[in-house]
Amino acid sequence: MRWVTAQPTRRGALLLGAAPLLVLALGYVVAAAARHADNPADKILPLPGAMAAAMAGLLFEPDQLSGQYLFWADTVASLWRLGAGLGIATLSALLVGLALGALPPVRSTLGPLVTGIAVIPPIALLPILFIVFGLGETAKVALIVIGVAPFMMRDVAGHIGALPREQVVKALTLGANSWGVILRVALPQALPRLFEALRLSLGPAWVFLISAEAIAADVGLGYRIFLVRRYLAMDVIIPYVAWIALLAVLMDLALTFGSRRLFGWAYLGAR
Amino acid sequence: MLSLKNLWVEYGEKVVLERISLEIAEKSFVSIIGPSGAGKSSLLRVILGQEKPTRGSISLDGAPLPTECGPDRGVVFQRYSVFPHLTVLGNVLLGVEFAASPFTARLFGSARRAAVAEAEAMLEQVGLADSRHLYPAQMSGGMQQRLAIAQALIKRPRILLLDEPFGALDPGIRGDMHGLITRLWREHGLTIIMVTHDIKEAFGLGTRVLTLDKRRHDPHAPQRYGAGVVYDLELTRKVQQVHAEPGMAEIEQTSGITIDTIGNN
Repeated sequence: MRWVTAQPTRRGALLLGAAPLLVLALGYVVAAAARHADNPADKILPLPGAMAAAMAGLLFEPDQLSGQYLFWADTVASLWRLGAGLGIATLSALLVGLALGALPPVRSTLGPLVTGIAVIPPIALLPILFIVFGLGETAKVALIVIGVAPFMMRDVAGHIGALPREQVVKALTLGANSWGVILRVALPQALPRLFEALRLSLGPAWVFLISAEAIAADVGLGYRIFLVRRYLAMDVIIPYVAWIALLAVLMDLALTFGSRRLFGWAYLGAR
Repeated sequence: MLSLKNLWVEYGEKVVLERISLEIAEKSFVSIIGPSGAGKSSLLRVILGQEKPTRGSISLDGAPLPTECGPDRGVVFQRYSVFPHLTVLGNVLLGVEFAASPFTARLFGSARRAAVAEAEAMLEQVGLADSRHLYPAQMSGGMQQRLAIAQALIKRPRILLLDEPFGALDPGIRGDMHGLITRLWREHGLTIIMVTHDIKEAFGLGTRVLTLDKRRHDPHAPQRYGAGVVYDLELTRKVQQVHAEPGMAEIEQTSGITIDTIGNN
């Protein structure tokens, strides 16, 4: 057996994948226990029990000040912002990407603009967004859109632009007009790529969301983490980070599964 | 039927084709051969309307041919002729849908059922009736080319342009495809212009063989002169046989040829 050709079985792959996670968790518990043996009041590496106790308060008891269940309020607020931002970004990426990729005059007109926006670090625009849109939801959603949409637009446009010229010519000989080519040739082939671009944008989108919430918000997963940081409340921060990771993994899996389900043809060649 | 008058194709300084004047008769099968870079595919793209000639004109039955691709001229390329996101049936239906519904490019209800029946009849003719729900990625190269032919023929084009359609196929499949295209050419009364690298194929299928090559060559400026038609061979015996027995599917031996040296310097 050679390493480059070794193919783990399905079960073997699951076990191999779980192993590092278990090692990491075990290592954490050992380290936390060691610290607590020295100092029972240690806050830096809280024991799992302490994390569960701290989270129970956020999960099941309403906040005294606002009357909200904070964990769920944070989750809903963050997911709403993320969903709105990614939704707007995806829709605009599809429209602009299709037009850029399929229509050379549009590419000549808007291509440099999209490239110009794409190279600006989005966080540098955050002050402008706060000034223009205020500190409310709009600025946070706008940051996510500006952060991920240009990449997605360029990705979709590049993919459509790289479709073989023969396909367009063939569609024209079948009686299509420009609209027909976009609708029946470019759009269906753009969609799997759009899903892939969205999946790859999840990471940056979370970064922009947490950044915006850290700077100005009154609810949200990122806001909570940065708020309790002041009290060294690792027993809240660590479960929150784990929850964000879980949400991100679920979104990633849902997009992968959805794309394979909806666009099976795009995965036939890879078998 | 198709008439090319003093056609030139130039890319900047580079002359690709020069002084191409041809009369292509209705229902002929014209094979175009020549060395790589002689402008065979450029000539095909000009006739297809994908490229504009820098000089000269093309006319169909006396009327100038629109210099845009359209449903009057079908095409099969060596690769990428079929759409990977559509099934076999969807690929063939596409031509009907574009024509029937310019805005949504889709058909519904009874119109769709009629189109499906038409598409299935066409798939039957090319031998893909059992593969209608497959995607192109699930099919061999030969089946994909059969699909590309069916897809083009559903538009009932008068002219079918083939750009090395069988170049990527293995010899056995290529033989089957030769039989298929000959049968379809006769049944549909098509005028076919085929670019090929395979001289045997060119003579085996065509009723007329054109050879493109440079008539003049300047060693100090190899781009100065473009290619022209250096041989124009009418395969007369085959033409007679085709006219005598239009239903026959056998590919004829090419013994009786007349060499037309008009236009050769």
